[in-house]
Amino acid sequence: MRTPLYQAHLDAGARMVEFAGWEMPVQYAGIMQEHKAVREACGVFDISHMGEFFVEGPGAAAWLDSLLTNHLAPLPAGQAQYTLLLNERGGVIDDLIAYRLAPEKFLLVVNAAKIAEDAAWFEKYRAAGVAFADRSSEFAALAIQGPQSPAVFEKLFHRPMPAERNRVLEMPGGSYTATTGYTGENGFEWIMPATEATAAWKAALEAGAVPCGLGARDTLRLEMCYPLNGSDLSPDRTPLEAGLGFFVDLKKPAFTGREALLAQKQHSVLPHKLCAIRATEKSPPLRPHYRVFANGEPVTETTSGALSPTLGCGIALAYLPPAYCDPGQELEIEIRERRFRAQVVKKPFLKKP
Amino acid sequence: MNVPENFRYATTHEWILAEGGTGTVGITDHAQAELTDIVFAEPPPVGKTVKAGEVAAVVESVKAASDIYSPVGGEVVERNAAIEADPSLLNTDPFGAGWIFKIRLANPAEVESLKDAAAYREQIGG
Repeated sequence: MRTPLYQAHLDAGARMVEFAGWEMPVQYAGIMQEHKAVREACGVFDISHMGEFFVEGPGAAAWLDSLLTNHLAPLPAGQAQYTLLLNERGGVIDDLIAYRLAPEKFLLVVNAAKIAEDAAWFEKYRAAGVAFADRSSEFAALAIQGPQSPAVFEKLFHRPMPAERNRVLEMPGGSYTATTGYTGENGFEWIMPATEATAAWKAALEAGAVPCGLGARDTLRLEMCYPLNGSDLSPDRTPLEAGLGFFVDLKKPAFTGREALLAQKQHSVLPHKLCAIRATEKSPPLRPHYRVFANGEPVTETTSGALSPTLGCGIALAYLPPAYCDPGQELEIEIRERRFRAQVVKKPFLKKP
Repeated sequence: MNVPENFRYATTHEWILAEGGTGTVGITDHAQAELTDIVFAEPPPVGKTVKAGEVAAVVESVKAASDIYSPVGGEVVERNAAIEADPSLLNTDPFGAGWIFKIRLANPAEVESLKDAAAYREQIGG
């Protein structure tokens, strides 16, 4: 599949790769350069492959609260919230952003690889008084991220970018902006009708945003320890194990997976926790599925890994048994039959003021 | 794409510049452009013997690790430590400061069997 911006990517010199069934740009000028652009100026990412679901009706908030981990009922209209969709075992089906567009109208932005599975799940639990629609194919989206994003926003919309995080605005022409993102930088995401995508992309570039691909998107999110579903999150791991307890409201009366999470909480220790690991000697870049050793024994493998362009060292995430989760824990990571010293560190890798 | 005339080329995008009984080996401009930002390089240890087509070194970009094959057989007599300290030399000067290792040729005739600049240029389409 191709997003409406396929040709625009080729015109901008993109190298295309397959991602979740989509032909997406992995990089334009280079991952290191694009990463730096987002940390120091402003970058624009095509995120049109992501899914858009609309949920409307008098029962919409209550229905979503019965399926998602975070609490939507108290969220004011015009706000967005990170949340998770779980299976009955408390495992993660998907992580997503829920936008409250109006008291009875929600937009859910879900991962590209999970559109069909998520939609089927919502359809399965369909309730009276709630209209659910998967409108993914009608929408395109851009993520505009970096310290210069407010200036880009102002050029695009002739109004200041909201200073508040997670603020949703409805724009003329059926598009939405939200001060959300996956990079740890100030910025916004802009969801628009697919027909508007090319004009929006051009306008973003003219306003000073640098085209950025999935390569930089991955290194940026990993420096912030934001999980990637399918790598760091899975149907066999709970959000508590993933360190996402902040986005789980166990005080809500009921939601799918809650019983499993409560049972897990009753045990004093989790079976494993997603930890941040940093190479402490010069090593090749860390990558997913590298074996991790503690006291000479293999204990797990990395779920994500990269060379951190900002820190200049290898960084990774891995589910570790509780005995090895404390910051300072010495580990080794195996790369091509050699082991390199590493250490558990406090999340995130990159501390933002 | 830069393809210097006096070098010989392997189809796997390594070059060799032979002088006397030794050759200097690196990756081509085309290869470095395909690999993108090189962030890690591991030249072979001195004394390692390799056959033509065997893995001799590894370079890694942000996205992937790539094996570098020796275009000829022989014994590694020198390794470029500068690319370990600054792997971006492979991107900025692939035919010069970004060389990877020097090899004592087991069979100098192997060099002649590699592609010349014209043939390699044809392989990469220009």
